Amino acid sequence: MHDRVSKKGYKNREGGSMVLKMLTGSQAVAWAARLARVDYIPAYPITPQTEIIETLSEWIRKGEMEATFVQMESEHSLLTAAGTAAATGARVFTATSSQGLLYGFEMLYSIAGWRAPLVLVNVARALAAPITLEPDHNDVLAARDSGFLQFHAENVQEALDLVLLAYRVAEDHRVLLPAIVNMDGFHLSFTREQAELPEQNAVDQFLPEYRPINPIRASEPVAKGIPVLIPPLYSFFKYQMHMASRIALNVFREAAKEFERMFSRIYAPVEEYMVDDANTVIVMSNSFASIGKQAVNVLRDEGYKVGLLRMRLFRPFPTDDIVKSLRGKRCVVVIDQNISVGKGGITHPEIAEALYHLEDRPNVILPVVAGLGGKSISLEEFRHAVRVAERLASLKAGPDGPLLLFREDEAALVESLLKTASGG
Amino acid sequence: MSITKYRTLKDVPREEFLVPGAFLCAGCGALLVMRLFHKALGGNVVWVNAAGCITLMATFPYTPLKSSWFYTAMASAPAGAQGIRDALDVLIGKGKLDPSENLKVVVVTGDGAASDIGLQSTSGAIHRDLDFFYLCVDNEAYGNTGFQASSLSPMGSGTATTKPTHLYPAGNVLPKKDLFEIWRSHRPPYVATISPSHVVDMLRKVEKALSFKGPRLFLALCPCPTGWGTEPSESVRLARLAVETGMWPLKEAIYGEVFHTHIPSKRKPVEEYLKVQRRFAHLFKPVKNENVIAEIQRQVDDYWNKVER
Repeated sequence: MHDRVSKKGYKNREGGSMVLKMLTGSQAVAWAARLARVDYIPAYPITPQTEIIETLSEWIRKGEMEATFVQMESEHSLLTAAGTAAATGARVFTATSSQGLLYGFEMLYSIAGWRAPLVLVNVARALAAPITLEPDHNDVLAARDSGFLQFHAENVQEALDLVLLAYRVAEDHRVLLPAIVNMDGFHLSFTREQAELPEQNAVDQFLPEYRPINPIRASEPVAKGIPVLIPPLYSFFKYQMHMASRIALNVFREAAKEFERMFSRIYAPVEEYMVDDANTVIVMSNSFASIGKQAVNVLRDEGYKVGLLRMRLFRPFPTDDIVKSLRGKRCVVVIDQNISVGKGGITHPEIAEALYHLEDRPNVILPVVAGLGGKSISLEEFRHAVRVAERLASLKAGPDGPLLLFREDEAALVESLLKTASGG
Repeated sequence: MSITKYRTLKDVPREEFLVPGAFLCAGCGALLVMRLFHKALGGNVVWVNAAGCITLMATFPYTPLKSSWFYTAMASAPAGAQGIRDALDVLIGKGKLDPSENLKVVVVTGDGAASDIGLQSTSGAIHRDLDFFYLCVDNEAYGNTGFQASSLSPMGSGTATTKPTHLYPAGNVLPKKDLFEIWRSHRPPYVATISPSHVVDMLRKVEKALSFKGPRLFLALCPCPTGWGTEPSESVRLARLAVETGMWPLKEAIYGEVFHTHIPSKRKPVEEYLKVQRRFAHLFKPVKNENVIAEIQRQVDDYWNKVER
């Protein structure tokens, strides 16, 4: 699969050679796992994640990659095996999507509690029912509170790089928490883009061998995952996880700095796009942020002073970065590609909370739900959301609920399909 | 007959791997089985546990085990064993871990985890030919949550969810799943039933299992004083009665071929086993339920008629 693509070697700043390849998002994260020299990959197929494990399995079966691949009988089992293997001292990679993440959900909390720093790629796909293959972020955000670090990628290169960064941060002894790297199904997982493959030597330098703490071995017996029947113990261990996750923010910044030095690509907890002089900032994440940036370009030409803030880290939550980017703005438009039914978007309240206590907080923080189940977000919809926010600001009014984006042409299409469904 | 180092009770190894101090009930059959089982296994063991009574073996900051312990989740202890086994193998294979650090991986779960919620992960692990032991400590109900019926609860037993009433005089109307046969249908190298009353038989089976590689599975009858309504001091005697009435056949299957390791020469009536347990008391009082007792006896007789034929 990867052999068919164009190859071009050239020198980077450090003088090492690297390779440009046309890669899908799935192939890119498979390459990241290979470059990270992972030891163990328990897997289970699910659309749209499957290309990742197919790629890894083929490399291992051809002897191109030294790791153990095992196909489990469910995501619940795959996450259990992944967690115990990481606790035993192996570097573990796995991937899943959507229903699979939820099927194994119980184990997310367990793995985090075991402080087993594996990396899981979630290829985002909306949750049933109704069942679909297209992406939104209800799957990955369901794991929000589990203790997993969450890194969200916009493009193929970033998906690859974030897997390497995720290992570096997760395995740091100040952190020791597992990590999810999220990418949108289809839009990113199956989209081919040119990406730089870092050189193996450089990756080895950036990502030294995993040094586990209290692993399972004969010379020093351990008891892991055991009950704490005294309530303060439970609180103590959960607070420890929380503090480790907060520390992970700075560990990420340190790692990103070294990553930039070695690979010349910059990764902050958030990404600003034309935010500096903007009056209104759209907050988004993942691959649809590319569409958002295009919309910002057009709206700028039309005279709207807009910018875009993309969330790269969701956990730990980058409060300081958000405050720095959004304080003093007139309006913030938070586009959630997820829905907490009966409330609205999941990230909007988090952004609002981060800004609430500031003197110069934005006048309006508009909650918008869009792009559910892979529904596109058109320029008109971005323009509409920005105009709603600015109008509310001029009226000194607040939103009375989330703005649920749905276009007239989509309504007409649904109308006709409903008619078909009812036999008319 | 292969050569064994276990001939009489005097051959039980003196070395203890499970020392006093566990938070389990007095007279717990599972604790007794684990202590003896471990002696035959020897050291360098990691136990992988699913939710059940045995989860209270180690509670922070104590463990009565000299070996390692890993509580995973109710449904997936065999998958947890897979992760540990594979990790040890790959780390040793890559030279990152000294081979002297290797461990035997042993799953221990109750009957509910084994026969209900964890059956899928067990089937997966056996199918993948995972090199591990599985010890199911079968007290025939969900003991840790208050003795609700599992699919290994025998027909006619009273549990917290199969209480005998005038509508359901038998208590549990469903048959005990044949977990031995379910395991055996995967054709693993070794499957056996064991009882804490037949210690030499148990140790010999573990000894034999140690000579194989791959899945080696044990189903142990574990009297449960709190659930069965019996005295803690009676546990071994009850387990013996289960064997002597023929209700708990002692057998093994090597790559699927079954051998009975103990055939009771003259089986005692099942009534002797049933009438001493509170969970079967409704079969005797206020009126004797001859039909159910006869049905249990018939099933036992049918089983042994096929064996002896």
